[in-house]
This record gives sequence, C-alpha cells and structure tokens, in this order.
Amino acid sequence: MSAVRPPVQSSRDGAAPAVVGPLSSGPADAPLSLGNPATLPPIRKRPTAAGPARHLLTGLSVGYVVLLLGAPVVAIAVRAFAEGPGAFLHALFNSGGASALAMSAGLALGATVVNTVFGVIVAWVLTRDRFWGRSFLNALVDLPFAISPVIVGFSLILLFGPHGWLGGLSRWTGIKVVFALPGMALATVFVSLPFIVREVGLVLAEISREQEEAAFTLGASPLRTFFQVTLPNIRFGLLTGILLTVARCLGEFGAILVVSGGVAGMTETGTLFVFRSLEDRRDLSAYAMAVTLASISILLIVALEMLKRRQHRQTGPGRGGASGARTTTS
Amino acid sequence: MSLTVKNLTKRFTARGTPAVSDVSFVAPTGGITTLLGPSGSGKSTVLRVIAGLEHPDGGQVMFGDRDFTHVPVQARGVGFVFQSYALFKHMTVRKNIAFGLSVRKASPKDIDAKVDELLSLVQLDGYGERYPNQLSGGQRQRIAFARALAIEPQVLLLDEPFGALDAQVRVELRAFLRRFHDQSHVTTLLVTHDQDEAMEVSDHVVVMSEGTVAQAGPPQEVYDRPATPFVAAFVGGANVLRGTVQAGRASVGAFAMDVPAGTDAPDGAAVHAFVRPHDVKLTKADSTSVVDESADVSVARVERMARLGGYVKLSLKLSDGASMTVQMPRAEVDSLGIGEGDLVMADLRAAKIFVEDYSI
Repeated sequence: MSAVRPPVQSSRDGAAPAVVGPLSSGPADAPLSLGNPATLPPIRKRPTAAGPARHLLTGLSVGYVVLLLGAPVVAIAVRAFAEGPGAFLHALFNSGGASALAMSAGLALGATVVNTVFGVIVAWVLTRDRFWGRSFLNALVDLPFAISPVIVGFSLILLFGPHGWLGGLSRWTGIKVVFALPGMALATVFVSLPFIVREVGLVLAEISREQEEAAFTLGASPLRTFFQVTLPNIRFGLLTGILLTVARCLGEFGAILVVSGGVAGMTETGTLFVFRSLEDRRDLSAYAMAVTLASISILLIVALEMLKRRQHRQTGPGRGGASGARTTTS
Repeated sequence: MSLTVKNLTKRFTARGTPAVSDVSFVAPTGGITTLLGPSGSGKSTVLRVIAGLEHPDGGQVMFGDRDFTHVPVQARGVGFVFQSYALFKHMTVRKNIAFGLSVRKASPKDIDAKVDELLSLVQLDGYGERYPNQLSGGQRQRIAFARALAIEPQVLLLDEPFGALDAQVRVELRAFLRRFHDQSHVTTLLVTHDQDEAMEVSDHVVVMSEGTVAQAGPPQEVYDRPATPFVAAFVGGANVLRGTVQAGRASVGAFAMDVPAGTDAPDGAAVHAFVRPHDVKLTKADSTSVVDESADVSVARVERMARLGGYVKLSLKLSDGASMTVQMPRAEVDSLGIGEGDLVMADLRAAKIFVEDYSI
C-alpha cells in the first residue's frame, strides 16, 4: 500500500536522532591522516533496530518472499527449457497455445478498455459526488476482491444459462453468453473491475477540486477540464490501474473455467491451456505456457515499478498511489 | 464594471442555518472591495456564488446592470485566485497563463503577446518555461494572478490569496496587489480574515459575521465608527470592558462614561466599552493620586511590558480586576518612565460604548 520512498527517508524518520560523532564508530583514537581511507570518519550510519533482531527480520522477509514466490517461477522456467528452446516453442505452439494466448490477450485488452472507461467514471463519481448510497457503491466495488472467481463464473451461468433470469434475453438476441466469448468477457471484466476505480480514486481524492474550478472560471467546459486538467493529474494512477488490470485479466482462471466450457481453440485462454495440458499429460506445453504468462506478468510488474519511480520524481515523496498492493488469486 | 449582490442566501443543508443569509453590497467599479470576517462568516461562500462555483438559494448577482445569477461559471468572465494557487501542475507557467486564452481560441501570436505582457506585469519575465513546482509560493500566486487576468475578466475574485504564504511574502504581495490593481483597474473583490490586509489594500470594506453583513464602508470609517460590538472587536482588536448603566451613565469597573446620545437605557442595562490598545492614554500615577470618580480615567497597574521594536505593548490590570492591553510608542513610554509594577492612570475617553438590547 505504501508509496515508494527513497532510502534516505528511513534515516530521517528514524526515532533516534543519530548524532554520530566524527570518530565515534571509526577506529578508536586513530590519527587522521590524509590519503588513508581507513582512518577517515565513516559516513553517518543509519540508525537501526537492535542488530541481531533486525538481521533475523531481514532474512525472514527475503527468505519468505524468495521461497514462496521466486522458487516456483524458477522451477517452471527450468523445466520449460529443459529440452531446449526449440522444444519449448514446439510445445507452446503445436497444441493450440497460440490461439489460447491470443484469446487471453484479446480478453485482457477488451476488459481493460471497458474498465478504464467505466473505472474512471465510477472513481470520479465516488470521490466528487455525494449521493445517497455512495458508501454502498464504494463497498460494492471491492466485491471482486472478496468473492471467489469460481462463484462469479457460476453466477453468470445462473444469470445467462438456458434457465437463467436473463437466459431469455440471450435466446431472443441470438447471442450465446455462457460457454462462449461474451460470458468469458463478462467474467474478465467483473474480476478486474476494482483496480482502476481504486487507483484513480486515490489520486482523485488527493488532487484538489480547485484546479478544476480554476479551469471552469477560465471558460473551460467540464469535458475540456477533464481531458486537459483532471486526466493529466491522474495519469500515473490510471496507468498503474491499467497495468494491474491487464495482469489480473491474464491470470484469471476460475471464473473463465466455469463460464467457458473450455473448448480447445475456441474458448480456451492461456491459463485454461495450462490446466488442460496438465490433465492431458503434456507437461512441457503446460510449463511453456506458464513461463510465457509469468514473463508477461513480470514485465508488467517491472513497468509498474518504473512508473512508480517516475511518478516519485515528478510529484515528490508521499504521493504514490496504492500501487501494486492488491492482488488476488484465481 | 461594478458588482452588485442583492439579498444573497445560500444553504448547504436543507434545514440548517444558512451559510449566507440576505447579503447585499456593491463593489464599485475599478476599486478593491474586501469581504472581511472570521472563518465561518460566509465570505468565501459569497465569493464562490459570485464566481458561479456555487448556486445561491436566493438573491441576485449583477455585473453592471446585467443579472448574472443564472449564467454558468464558464460564461461569467470572472478571474478567480485561490488560496492554494490551483495552478495546473503539469503545465508550464506560460501554458497556465495561456489556458483561458486557448479556451477562447485566440491566435497563437496574440496568446504569446498577452502572456509576455502579463509575465512582465507580475514581474516574472523569463519564468515562462518553468513548472509551478519550480517556483516559490509568492511566485506561484503571482502566476495565478496573471492567469486570472489573461481573460480580461469583468471582475477579479480573490479568495484569501495570501493565506498560504509566510508573513514577509504576504506583506510584499499586498503592496504588489495594490500596484497591480492600479495598473489593471479591474473591479476586485478580496476575501480575507486579516484586517491589516483589508485596511492596507481596500477602497471599501464589507465586514461579515455569521453569514450576514455587519457593516460596509470605507476602511477608515469602519475602523473609526464601528456599527456593532462585533465590528469594534474584530476590526482593530479592541479591549472589551463590561459594565452596566447607572444614573444615565455607563459604569464600567472603576470609571463612568457618558452613554451614546439617544440611548434611553434604564439603570442596570448591560454595556460594553470598546477601546483600542493605542487609543488609551497613560500617565504615571502613585498611590496618592486622586481619582475623580466621574472622570473617564481609571487607575491601573502595569503587569507586563513587551518591547516590540518601535512600540511597547503593556498589559494592565484595572482596579476592578479587568485586564487591558495598551500599545504606546516606545519614546512615550520612556519619557513617562513607566516600568512593570508601576501604577498608571488610564484615560479611556476614546472608548466606544454599546448599550446592549434590553427588555423591560
């Protein structure tokens, strides 16, 4: 949840004033002689918690994250390339992997576009408008974080299935929703809805209404004000939200599994491809797709990290969004 | 273009007391008018209604003789300066100032010329390519002035424009505002809670209290002849002494004063006496001094003296226990030879008496 802070901050925020005398932690009574770096006074040391406890905590954090998150990725990568890059590519593309990747990319793109437009609108309404039921809407936005994607898929079947409430609508328009692309798109939009609302909402709440009001008094219409004043101010929050949304869409599995019916080459996404390959004992295909998906996600995370640094440079400390904090499993 | 506000009323909650209630005043053409009042007195709300940023529940806003009450903010042609500057952070200074002109689809050549003219008016030539976060607070606020003036507004509205700046810059910018106004002559309405600021820059002052106008007039008149106890206390930081009417005179502590002519107050009615710190004349006294009970003079003891550069602030305790602050030029204090603990005679003839409403 916290913004990226420069490392020096920790020393400033530290409780101990850390007035380290010029020689207090250098070699005792060593005479100062120019040209001998060993005798120069050390650079002010950062105040730290008690030594051993702190090392233990650092070790624990590093170990926990690396073992839990890093090890599986490395293991899969090693297995995927065990038979060489040729076998990797063959395993990925000769069993429908390309169409599965295309499906994932298409769904992610579509859901991100929809959630960008509506996410910004919802965020704007939630921060700028006061209306009855606002806090209810605010809580509802977090629903996709709270309920299992499998249930999302299931509820879509209940709604749009042959006997569902909206099944008639589906029959009447001739658009098949469940076990087809529309259902998968709906599920993807649903699970990835909160990211942009939350990221943009945070930045919107922080920027003052006054810049917008200043634009109004200068004659700018609300639409012009949004595009020329509000949007540039929220751009980092919006980009962060978009990256998180894309990552979430690519990783979605449960809701898609339930709602798609998993027809290879028709309604199969990257994650479903991994699942089917494992079931069919084509392990190498599964590893290859898993590595591909993981690489895309890692690229997104790196992009996010770079974005946060740029934002930090432009707006100063303490103005980061809630970047990258919320992730859910599917 | 003069600005007239008639019977303005604004409520933020349906049932609560209105933030602004039946406010009327005129800001004359080409002058600086100040809305002066403590926070919560509704002065900023009045300003925002005039700008069109809030919609009034009743009343009228007129520019010249045209009714602008229902004209949208974009079409009012007002320049608005915020306490927080509200500069567009992602735009250069030049783009900020040009914003209103590009909305109006002015030609790039005209925009450039106008921006250069304004930059030199606010004495920031050469700062055009900087971003707002590369400027000091005072510089930012000057850019905000330039941006507001770029559209050649009918009226310039300033909402506590110096409130976020430190004391020295604030004083500099006051002088800047006055100079700047003398060159642009745009009808200006300034909102502030700082009475020094109001006294220094305005031609006309409207004192507001609890959503209503307490008094309006030239600054000197408001200062010299406060219409209500609130104005007396708020403008000029007067000492407030409480007493009652006795035998047709106001008896306040150890001294008595004539009540204002025409006040037919019965004995026992409450009175407030207001006297400004520098309107009190002191003379040295000792325990043998004879005090004429009928004179507007009281014996007091000097509790504390603070030398503040050219003048001295004295805290007095009157013989009845009331405390009072007096401000005198340093030379005068020195020639009287007053020190802490000394007895002095306080001449309160300049005090203004208000007899409170009484019921029979």
